Amino acid sequence: MFDSEYFNLGYLDTLSYKDTLIHRLDPRTKLVATLAFIVTVVSFPKYEIAGLLPFFLFPVLLFTLSDIPVKFILRKVFLVSSFAFFVGVFNPLLDRQAVYEFYGFTISGGWVSFLSVMLKFFLTITSALLLVATTSFPGVCHALQKLGMPGVFVTQLLFLYRYIFVLVEETMKVVRARDMRSFGSKGKGMKTFVSLIGTLFLRTIERAERIYLAMLSRGFTGTIHTSRTCSFSITDAAFLATAAGALYLFRMHDVVGYLGRLSMGTF
Amino acid sequence: MHMADALLSPAVGAAFWAGTLGTIAYCSKKLKETMDEKLIPVMGVLGAFIFAAQMINFMIPGTGSSGHIGGGMILAIILGPSAAFLVMASVLTVQAFFFADGGLLALGCNIWNLGIYPCFIAYPLVYKPLVKSEKTPSRITIAAVISGVVGLQLGAFSVVLETMLSGMSELPFVSFLFLMQPIHLGIGLIEGFVTAGVINFVKAARPEIFEGVTPEHQLSADVSTNKILVGLLIVAVLTGGALSWFSSSNPDGLEWSVEKVFGRPELPQKGRGIASALKSIQEKTAFLPDYGFKKPERAEKAKSGPSGPLVESGKSVSGIVGSAIVLAAVLLIGVVIRALRRKSA
Repeated sequence: MFDSEYFNLGYLDTLSYKDTLIHRLDPRTKLVATLAFIVTVVSFPKYEIAGLLPFFLFPVLLFTLSDIPVKFILRKVFLVSSFAFFVGVFNPLLDRQAVYEFYGFTISGGWVSFLSVMLKFFLTITSALLLVATTSFPGVCHALQKLGMPGVFVTQLLFLYRYIFVLVEETMKVVRARDMRSFGSKGKGMKTFVSLIGTLFLRTIERAERIYLAMLSRGFTGTIHTSRTCSFSITDAAFLATAAGALYLFRMHDVVGYLGRLSMGTF
Repeated sequence: MHMADALLSPAVGAAFWAGTLGTIAYCSKKLKETMDEKLIPVMGVLGAFIFAAQMINFMIPGTGSSGHIGGGMILAIILGPSAAFLVMASVLTVQAFFFADGGLLALGCNIWNLGIYPCFIAYPLVYKPLVKSEKTPSRITIAAVISGVVGLQLGAFSVVLETMLSGMSELPFVSFLFLMQPIHLGIGLIEGFVTAGVINFVKAARPEIFEGVTPEHQLSADVSTNKILVGLLIVAVLTGGALSWFSSSNPDGLEWSVEKVFGRPELPQKGRGIASALKSIQEKTAFLPDYGFKKPERAEKAKSGPSGPLVESGKSVSGIVGSAIVLAAVLLIGVVIRALRRKSA
């Protein structure tokens, strides 16, 4: 669990360096659009289901346009869905008031609100993961800084992010080395584990010190400067305008109902 | 006790984001003024340490629920409030982005709940007065446990407040409070003892870290970062090793009590928050207002009678047909784009 989550972190990072239409967008554009999307989805009331469905268009478009493996993201969503599930699963038990009758089937309010919570969770979590899958984390940090986040905090985020990967890489090496030298359960005990992690941490710290000294000698004054430039292009403007228009349409108008009535009317 | 997007209304989320961003700006400014930049790499490594420690859940005895340490108190005692708050904020941010822990809207609340209270209330107002100048292990333990409890109680109260203000929960304020506070009393005690263990350990191994620290400038430049980090390393190993034995896959404290909160039998939808405001706009602007499947009021009207009239099948059918069409269209768009891209590639 621990390992696989860290591993996924690396894979998300790799994905974010692809070169597609979505990846090329300005990080600020994607950050703003994602936040707007989440706020819009969350603004729906407790028993909303139909109104949430058109919003699936966004993740589907992003998945396809940015070549992000659907299965990988869905597995991650499923991993964290336990929270949503535990929150929601008690609704059907506690809220037994019937709200719909559908050809003899009675559906209780609890099931409706449970489904609604799960849909909201799916949409908000998927969009957040898609953001980091299509934007490198340094890109997100850069966007945060451009949007007014203090430099010290952005530097702290970048450092934290860097150290996580350093620790993972070292850990993989050391674990492999231990596995090769241990026999059965011998050598995999607590004592070995503790000294392994200890060595690992020391090495990491030493590396951090070296990096810090190297940075100092290159004039590090507390903020990381990058040559990365943010350019807000016409594509970005078009993307934002389309997203805003679609969000407004889906939030304020009953798209599902309109389509339903339209199709029922044609029969 | 991560707050979640789905429990929040946009207005509450935004309000706590504003508070959190303000504090981040304040701390950044303060650090920039007072610190030697050696603190930055240390902060980064400490963030990674807290990050790892937080992923370990442990069982809370007697409740069937589990929790993980917040780490805010440990950071506050070692780094001082401003730096500790920034580290906590960065850890929670990375968690929110990569593990979708809570979500991006709830991130403001989570940083507030797990960062502000330990760093700016429990540490300066509880821990420091209790420890005073004589820093004996027993004194540190008492102070850490009490301040840990205070920090967690405030955090739990804040979660209740945020949920209530969002208008998503039906549970009365007091009941929710009685559900949350005792659970987090347990978590707070454990957090306190873990903090005390860590601090006492670091203090025994490297007492110079805690000697002559001033409130504004806890880590002085002459203390080698290496020494501190070796101490922390040992503590990290101990925490990880010891607590992983208690790791459990049970939901943590908040989840446990929210389960009991969400969805009571009678559901009077309170017209509160921006959600309901947006909703009334939606009702006014909707071009097909009289339509069955999606409107919650309709559902509530239906529920008002004990065996009252249910939503008629006809309207449900049009809603379900519409939903099916939308989903099919969305899928089709995805498939078509994918096919087109394959072709062009």
